[in-house]
Amino acid sequence: MTRKMDSTKRYEKLREAVGNGDVDRRTFFGLLGSAGITAGLSGGIMTAMAGQARAAGVELHFEGWGGVVSEALRKHAFDPYEAATGNTVIDATFGGENEVLTKIKAAGSTSGHNILHSSGVSWYKRWVDNGYHVVLNEDNIPNLKNVMTTMIEPFRAITPEGLSAVPYDYGTTGIAYNTKHVSKEKAMELGADLLLDKELKGKIGGWGGDWANRAWYGALQSGQDPNNIEDWDAVWEKAREHRELVLKYWGSGAELMDLLAKEEIWVTEAWSGRVAALQAQGHPIAYMDPPNGLAWMESMFVLKGSPLAEAEELLNFMLEPETAIAVAAGQKYPSSLDPTKVDMPEEVTNLPAFDPTGKLEALVFRDPQTWNPQEKKQGAMWNRVKKGG
Amino acid sequence: MPDTATPIDKRPLVLLTPAFIAITALVVIPMSFILVYSFYENVDLAVDRVAFQFGNWQALFSDNYYHSAIWKTLRISVVVTVLAAVLGYLPAYFIAMTTFRHKWLLLLLLILPFWVSFIIRTLSWIHILGNQGALNGLFLWLGLTDEPLQMMFSEFSVMVGLIHVFLPYMILNIYVSLEGIDRNLEPAARTLGATPWQAFREVTLPLSLPGLAAGSLLVFVLTGGSYVTPLILGGPSDFLFGNLIYDAVVTELNWPMGATLSFTLLVLLGSVVILYSRFMGLNQLSKAFG
Repeated sequence: MTRKMDSTKRYEKLREAVGNGDVDRRTFFGLLGSAGITAGLSGGIMTAMAGQARAAGVELHFEGWGGVVSEALRKHAFDPYEAATGNTVIDATFGGENEVLTKIKAAGSTSGHNILHSSGVSWYKRWVDNGYHVVLNEDNIPNLKNVMTTMIEPFRAITPEGLSAVPYDYGTTGIAYNTKHVSKEKAMELGADLLLDKELKGKIGGWGGDWANRAWYGALQSGQDPNNIEDWDAVWEKAREHRELVLKYWGSGAELMDLLAKEEIWVTEAWSGRVAALQAQGHPIAYMDPPNGLAWMESMFVLKGSPLAEAEELLNFMLEPETAIAVAAGQKYPSSLDPTKVDMPEEVTNLPAFDPTGKLEALVFRDPQTWNPQEKKQGAMWNRVKKGG
Repeated sequence: MPDTATPIDKRPLVLLTPAFIAITALVVIPMSFILVYSFYENVDLAVDRVAFQFGNWQALFSDNYYHSAIWKTLRISVVVTVLAAVLGYLPAYFIAMTTFRHKWLLLLLLILPFWVSFIIRTLSWIHILGNQGALNGLFLWLGLTDEPLQMMFSEFSVMVGLIHVFLPYMILNIYVSLEGIDRNLEPAARTLGATPWQAFREVTLPLSLPGLAAGSLLVFVLTGGSYVTPLILGGPSDFLFGNLIYDAVVTELNWPMGATLSFTLLVLLGSVVILYSRFMGLNQLSKAFG
């Protein structure tokens, strides 16, 4: 097992585990002390030796979202793949794909970046527009035939000459609320406006990292179709209204879970899988998708310059029904495999957003044709609104 | 006629050359690139056009959004510096004046935090100031409050985090300055009739000012350039100018604007160093460092 993870990431993961109740406080401080001593004593020597130790096979660098998602991928996909092939998957966590794009641009090369747990069709288009895509040989990924056609089509429309990614999972960004402080009746009655409830001032959170997420909810709150926004001023006015009530804009899934678990916030928009993970750990957090709530799909995107044969081998391995189902159950996001072709166990069919039809018609996705052209202007606007502008 | 001209001593030049090369390669050239980049035009996300235009600078000078961020950054930097100076002087004075045999142990304790990642030290405040943190736990246990006090994600928590991280720089500078003061001066002042407070105020404090000023300069500049602490410990309104740079470079993928803001921050903080040099003299820094 190989993970590229520095001490800070380890600490964040440990903190997340404490927040989730997986590790008690005494153990936490004990581990922290041990980690400090170990880091001080071993540090660079061990890192150098570890580098030499994994000399065999091809190395694939994977970057993803961290937390329970990365854990599931490591345990159910990467470890078995490494054991089966002798190749190595070095996985790291990013805060968002813009971080990776910034690094690649700064370095002038994709060296050290091979496969991304990429977010949605919008980012697929961005990677393609920037010339970082490849053409995968689909013959080497026979398990692609089990993936929902409706998930493949948007990607193929952007690169008709061949895919640079395989769709892997999907989920929704709905609203999470603490049932000790917010009743189900109130949540259902208010829907997206629950995020604007003045009674909850100082106990509301929001995702700070994505302008489109905020704009989507601003559209819902201002009574507009999110895929056909005509009044952007109204959208940002709602975002400003929301900002006045917000305690903290969170920046990662780990921070979201920490804030909810510690009851720093009671209400926030949230990723369905992360809430499912909190629920599984016994936290009194409920989740709802308001009407026209935001759905998204994620892909495994292969960057230009990657060892293609090995990357295709890994993607095919990850799409094996057994692997994909185990990952889905672990990360709490439904798999991209078509449930009409592959039998899904109950632990997957019970996941939030799961669609048994394999057509995803009940979910509303962001239309990249209408959203991407707005990104430059409205993304900057969101950063401004977020800071009180 | 004998040649009386003094031969040029080349040793300073030789000794300074590596430093000049390093500064040129690591500071001057990169900053020049950043300045040049500030004139480029961002046409779309992550897509820049080589140009010589002043659109980014015009936005900086005309947009109140940036001005308010500069003002907020200066304000927070001043407050953090003043609080760090007040909080740092006491331990520095104690370490310098103590007759404790193992003074090295106190100094070791002072630099011990540097062994732990800055991010981890910052995150640790969530465990102290958070709703389920140590302080709220204590307050609830003592019955001082019925429900947790909201201390996290505010300007207060950001300042606490900044002071926590930068305080050792202040203490070390003041300590070095105090350590260099002749121990006989205060007793001499006392024998001339000064009270302990007068002896400190009129002898020790003025002589320790170079260290205090050097520490203040460092804390001010470091605070002014921070962006991670507000990101972790702050709420929506708690940001510094560095956060705007982060937004421009990383989230908006607008490097030309990011370059403009970065160069502005460099000029602003550089101006503080120049002002310091004008009024205190940079040679005071060398005194402070012994």
